[in-house]
Amino acid sequence: MAALLESVLLQKADPNSVLDWLRNVQEGDTLAYSESGVTVHKQEFVPFLLNFLREQSSQALTHGPATPAKTPSRPRAAAQTQGSSDRRGCRSAGGGGGGGAGSRTASRVQLFSPASSVSPGSEWEASSQSGCHSLSGVNAFSSPSFNTAWSPASRPSGSERRSGQRISLGDYMVSPPDLQPSPNFQSQKGRRRSGGSMPMGGQGRHAGGRGGHHSDESGRWESGGRRSGRGGGGGYGRISEQVSPPSAGQLNFNNLEDFPPVGSSPISPAASKPSRRINPTPVGAERPHSKPKICFTSTPFTKASTPPVVAETLEGSVTVGSPLSLQEERELLKREKTKRAQQVGSPLPSSLDPCTPTKSGLRTGSKVTPDMQTPCPEPSKVTFSLELDLLAELYCTCISENLVPNIFLELFFVMQLLTSQSPHTHDDDEQESLCAAISDVLEKCYLRQVHNCVYFAVKVLENQFQLVAHLDKCTLRLLAENERVAFFSPDLRDRLTQAQDRSTAKLSPSVSTFIHSVPFQPATDNRSNFGSDKAFHTFKKQRDIFYEVLREWEDFHKEPGWNFDAALGSRIRGMMSQLTSAGNHSHFARLFLKQLVQMCKGPRVNSSPGDTPDADLLGMLGADSLGRLKRLEERLIQPHGVVGPCPPPSFPDHQEFFRDFLQTASCCQLNQHLQDSLCQQLLQLDEVSIRSPPASIGERGEEEEEGDGDMEQQHEKQRFTSVLLLARLLAKFLGFISFLPYQTSEKPSREIQKAAIALRSKSVPVLDVCAVLSNSMKRRRTILTVPWLVEFLSMLDCIGPLLLCYRTALGTLLLLYRRMLLGRCGEMCYLNKLLMVSVLGWLFQIPAIPEDIFFTNEFTEVAKLEDSSTTAAGLDCIPLVDQQLLYTCCPFLGEFRKLLAAFVSGSTAKSGGIIRKITPTSAELRDTPAANRSQQKLQVDLEQAFFHNQPPSLRRTVEFVAERVGSNAVKHMKATLVSELVERGEKMLRDGLETPKSNPSKLNDSICAQLCVAGLEALAKATRFCCEKSPEAIRILLPDETSPAVLTTSENITKRLATEKACSWLSANITALIRREWKSRYDRVMKAVASPVAPDSGDVEGAVVELVTQEQLTTPKRKQGSERAISCPPHCSHSASLPSDILIEMKELLSVAVGPRTHDELPTRSQIKTLLQRVGDTLACRKFLTVMSEQMLLNSTVLLACKLVSAELPVLSLSGCKGGDGVVVGPGSGSEPPVRALLEQLAEMWERDCCASAPLHLLFTPLTVTAVLKASDTEWNNYLLLVRKLVDRGVLSEEEVVSHWKKLTNLALPATLIENFQLRSQSIKPPLPLADLQSHMEMLQVSQQTVEGAT
Amino acid sequence: HSQSTLLSIFSLEYQKRTKRTISRHHAPDAIESYYQRYLSEAKAHPAAPVLLELANEVDLSPALMARIILDRFLQGPEGEMPSKTVLSSMLKEPSLIPDQILANNVYQCTINDCCYGPLVDCIKHAIGQEHEVLLCDKLKERNLSFLDENQLRAMGYDKTPDIILEVPIAVEGHIVHWIESKASFGDDHSHRTYLNEQFWSYWNRFGPGLVIYWYGFIGELDCQRDRGILLKDCFPTDIVTLCHAAQQERLPHEPE
Repeated sequence: MAALLESVLLQKADPNSVLDWLRNVQEGDTLAYSESGVTVHKQEFVPFLLNFLREQSSQALTHGPATPAKTPSRPRAAAQTQGSSDRRGCRSAGGGGGGGAGSRTASRVQLFSPASSVSPGSEWEASSQSGCHSLSGVNAFSSPSFNTAWSPASRPSGSERRSGQRISLGDYMVSPPDLQPSPNFQSQKGRRRSGGSMPMGGQGRHAGGRGGHHSDESGRWESGGRRSGRGGGGGYGRISEQVSPPSAGQLNFNNLEDFPPVGSSPISPAASKPSRRINPTPVGAERPHSKPKICFTSTPFTKASTPPVVAETLEGSVTVGSPLSLQEERELLKREKTKRAQQVGSPLPSSLDPCTPTKSGLRTGSKVTPDMQTPCPEPSKVTFSLELDLLAELYCTCISENLVPNIFLELFFVMQLLTSQSPHTHDDDEQESLCAAISDVLEKCYLRQVHNCVYFAVKVLENQFQLVAHLDKCTLRLLAENERVAFFSPDLRDRLTQAQDRSTAKLSPSVSTFIHSVPFQPATDNRSNFGSDKAFHTFKKQRDIFYEVLREWEDFHKEPGWNFDAALGSRIRGMMSQLTSAGNHSHFARLFLKQLVQMCKGPRVNSSPGDTPDADLLGMLGADSLGRLKRLEERLIQPHGVVGPCPPPSFPDHQEFFRDFLQTASCCQLNQHLQDSLCQQLLQLDEVSIRSPPASIGERGEEEEEGDGDMEQQHEKQRFTSVLLLARLLAKFLGFISFLPYQTSEKPSREIQKAAIALRSKSVPVLDVCAVLSNSMKRRRTILTVPWLVEFLSMLDCIGPLLLCYRTALGTLLLLYRRMLLGRCGEMCYLNKLLMVSVLGWLFQIPAIPEDIFFTNEFTEVAKLEDSSTTAAGLDCIPLVDQQLLYTCCPFLGEFRKLLAAFVSGSTAKSGGIIRKITPTSAELRDTPAANRSQQKLQVDLEQAFFHNQPPSLRRTVEFVAERVGSNAVKHMKATLVSELVERGEKMLRDGLETPKSNPSKLNDSICAQLCVAGLEALAKATRFCCEKSPEAIRILLPDETSPAVLTTSENITKRLATEKACSWLSANITALIRREWKSRYDRVMKAVASPVAPDSGDVEGAVVELVTQEQLTTPKRKQGSERAISCPPHCSHSASLPSDILIEMKELLSVAVGPRTHDELPTRSQIKTLLQRVGDTLACRKFLTVMSEQMLLNSTVLLACKLVSAELPVLSLSGCKGGDGVVVGPGSGSEPPVRALLEQLAEMWERDCCASAPLHLLFTPLTVTAVLKASDTEWNNYLLLVRKLVDRGVLSEEEVVSHWKKLTNLALPATLIENFQLRSQSIKPPLPLADLQSHMEMLQVSQQTVEGAT
Repeated sequence: HSQSTLLSIFSLEYQKRTKRTISRHHAPDAIESYYQRYLSEAKAHPAAPVLLELANEVDLSPALMARIILDRFLQGPEGEMPSKTVLSSMLKEPSLIPDQILANNVYQCTINDCCYGPLVDCIKHAIGQEHEVLLCDKLKERNLSFLDENQLRAMGYDKTPDIILEVPIAVEGHIVHWIESKASFGDDHSHRTYLNEQFWSYWNRFGPGLVIYWYGFIGELDCQRDRGILLKDCFPTDIVTLCHAAQQERLPHEPE
């Protein structure tokens, strides 16, 4: 491949034929290009080219993160028998490529390497080396450089994964461009060597070191610094050879944060973390050159950022110098320190710039005056323009043909070139002459000069204009305003300016920091959805704990030192164990998922910015200024660095909470429920039907994609967006939960891996990704399926991708990606394709995905790309994706903007001024029509056929209406029939209770049985309901132009579906429903009948019960208070005193009555009279009364009566009011008039309807009667008078009075009182009517007998 | 309502104090000594308010003293405890107490107590109820349709605020889905308890809402507005409702 590039550059090969070969899709990458005696495979050439370019430009790129390239891997199990000559061959053949591999490795590592995965480096080193060998064995001339030692990258979990974005030691292992190969390499460099005459020094020690054994130190360096020694083998070796150009001296120690002053914190890396394999010994003179790993694109370390002194020293100093070693050592320390700092703190990936931390003062200083060090690029100074044109064309073809693993990565690289700040100053000329002196075409410094870089970048941008033009407006503006673009291609600038106007992607403007809860839905959340009361009440608490935890997380998770597990772990685990004991996992899983969706679904796409605020936006009301403040805070606290276009998968914002919650809960039952639910929801979402716009797609130009379309189309687009975002979120969590058990912090060894693969391939994966994918491709719905599958697969653990099912899926995705050419007109529209290409490209760069996936056919050979079999256009053909959605799904596209903005602001990587994307919550999906059941297959088939040729909305409408009408029919039955039945039952119950000797429980059973029989009527009624309501709704919802036949058919289908739904539910549930409703009604009635005091057991209680129930049974009329129409009298103005006020006054009065009291406190008759009037008014007005206050008020009137009638509460006479010291009417002193009037008033009040439930039995308690008997005759007379009046007024029946008397006499009263009783009774004979007297006499005689008998 | 506010604050403070000291009175030896004192004094002075004086003397709420003594009185010979139902029904209706002297004493205690006892409980309940009714009146006045606690309970809600609005409103720019009426003063202690036991639970189910402390509250407590819990001491005046196009159209015709 090197040879091919060489021959192209030398114009020995026809560039066009090479381009054609590249473009030849059909033959794929299997076909070799054979010309000029070279045979090259595409999959080898492309990575070679990419690496070549990165390597070329490595010195010029000063900013931003690396743009990693994947390396192709050779069969890893390669024979180890290959000799070192092979290795050499491979290396030498690799030319620039070798370094390329190394640098790629490095860059990739830079993005992803988790610190902890480092240790097994040596193994990987070995294996990759062997891989290289086999390669070289195959073809000595092919480039060996792309090795993957790393392939099945371990997925670091949690913070480790995040740390992938942080600096790792390896990131600072600057591998200088190897354009100046050292003569020392001669022995190994074969072909290249001959030409290589660069004045490089210092690598001597590595000259032989590339082999597994020789490269001890460098190997360690690698493994220490990055993911592994995966660069091992050829690539690795090459690095050590090629690397170490003069600029090696410009170690990026400036870039390290916390550059320690010499002598401070001398941490020995080896001592502190031996597993990193950092070998401190090699620090020596040659050290600088031994650090081989560089990423071309990632070498952001330039002179600009280096103190001039150092730069000078280092620059030409290819010779070994001791200062270097010092710096080296320092740098080591710093790196280690930085790394540790990162491991400990900073949970936010974005908070750290991976490769260019800019804290150092030096750096800042240099930032201020970049121009002084960076020459302004000038078109006139471009050298090698012919070759650059050729390279650009080759490169662009690779991009256009999707031959690169990630086109945005390449675009990012190009942007980096555009904004590069080549460091050279005084030695320009020298450099140039050096370059010119190189005779090997591949080693010329094509991209060393900033002029060349910019020239190349602009060429590529021009070529890839269509792609660029789909970037967001702000990026386009920054590009158009970039003076370099203007300088090198005014035409490009103009086109960019024009493109800006068409670009619509904007950042979501606002965010709600307001979290919304999952609403309580009686249908799913009330008691009937739980197995037991206990489960129900447990879950009530669970819900509250869950939100409590969530709120606490919100408040504290950003505070330093806060730890999720420490703060919330015990509560969460406690909750889980409660859940388990109550068996509530399914409920909690539902709550959890709903809350997840509510908070994390992602920005809603609002196509028109001026949309009227809907309910959701309204939800942000008030929270807005707080939200803004928070956003500002976030920006100040963590300025966004450029993280590059391939961030590892992450759980931003609230997703972090849900992830941490699951990890902490660590509850297998919950996880299983979540998995089940997620799978079901995903598959459902994947099936969602989206209506295509009426116009045929083919005719629509691409420009129209951006148009708003009509309302329906717009609606469908939004629906699609909503579905897609939801599916992606759910898929990510499904992936997270599914692969959680397999996540390891360390990469497993090969043996363990093999065993794991063997083991895991036996069990069924949670989701049949292959089936989903192939089904989706067949039906052309990949635009929906692929983005969420990518999210799912991004969660794979490091063994996952090696399992056949995932390997196949990944291979299929790869084939799909290669086919998804943006430039070609296909049936898919541009933005749809762009989204696919973007997410797939991202996936291929994820740490867990084997690095070699792209350039080998290990994955693709198991995959097959099936062409869609149906002719109907699927989702893929509908322009569903807009820029907003693209950017929402691929937030890393915003990196271009940051990069360009950083360039403008003069800073390099960490620039502020970038708007952060924050995710507002969005509305729930509409409920999808439930699948309808069918009983008659033919009918169903006919129906399906009917719908087939109708617009999909018809089916949706019918299904929807049927669902709703059916459900309403059920509710209607509940509200009408069932409540009528229950009402009827209550009447039967009450009637039954009135009959003597009734047995409530028997009564209950028989009534319930009757009601259930009557309930079967519901089916017929529901059918009638459905038949009435369905047509109405359908007629309203279908468009006017619907033909009568279609309308009638739709109506009938709706009727049938609705009836079926309603009846099937009713027939299964109506009896249970009636039973339940009846039971609660029965309980209520019985409770009401049983009065406020309803004790249940015990001896004393027994007495109470008896007392109470007897009283009730004998006075059923009065006790039906609860049944009375509870309403105010007509024209009630509700102006009566409030019950609480009246109660307070009664309380005052009673407290005087029960004492202790002073004489002054005694009330007058008129005071009591007024109060009693007000009590009566209050009792009459129902507005503020409750059963409780009413009962208490009545109770207090009876108690007052007792105290009055017994003269325990003396009443001041009316006349007394005038004189100041009123006449005290003591007991027995002739107080009849005032007291009698009051008693009369009371009796009259109790007679009223509203007082029917007054507890008059209290008048007959021993306490009262005793008090009366103890007093004088007057009191006794008053008492009898009161009873008499009550009987006369019908408030008490004579039987009741007799029953009370009986009870009294049964209770043993003191004998003296009995005598008194008899005496008095006789004395009051005259006033009582004869009948009464008679009865009293009898009763008293009886009582006397009992008393006598008892004594 | 400054007087009611003071009363409410007094009541809260009294309850707080009682909570702190009640355990002292519930110690078995304390109970026994109260009971014996009561017995001997009641025997000596059957007509005197013995129990009430005892309660005042030991600085305990009379109603609680009555409960303690009655509880002790009802204990069986082997010390078995009477059921709570019987106990409270007798407190509610002392005429059920077999011992008339005790019955009179209990009457005196429960009726004279200012903070505890069935009568006070009933008054508090009535006050709360009245404010709920007033709240409903205000909502009806404004044509805001809502579900009340009873309706919600019938629907099976596990936690029920006084009011859930069928269509949410905005009060002073904050969304309100539910309203809880509190006929008491909102001090930090009771507010914290309410937050944990009620308000957050409502939020967790129904979203943001409004709490009205009719007798006022400590201003600093109103700090969860942005989180969805708004405090007021009266029915809000700044209410924004959803305006549907249909309503807006209708408005101009109303004068006719």
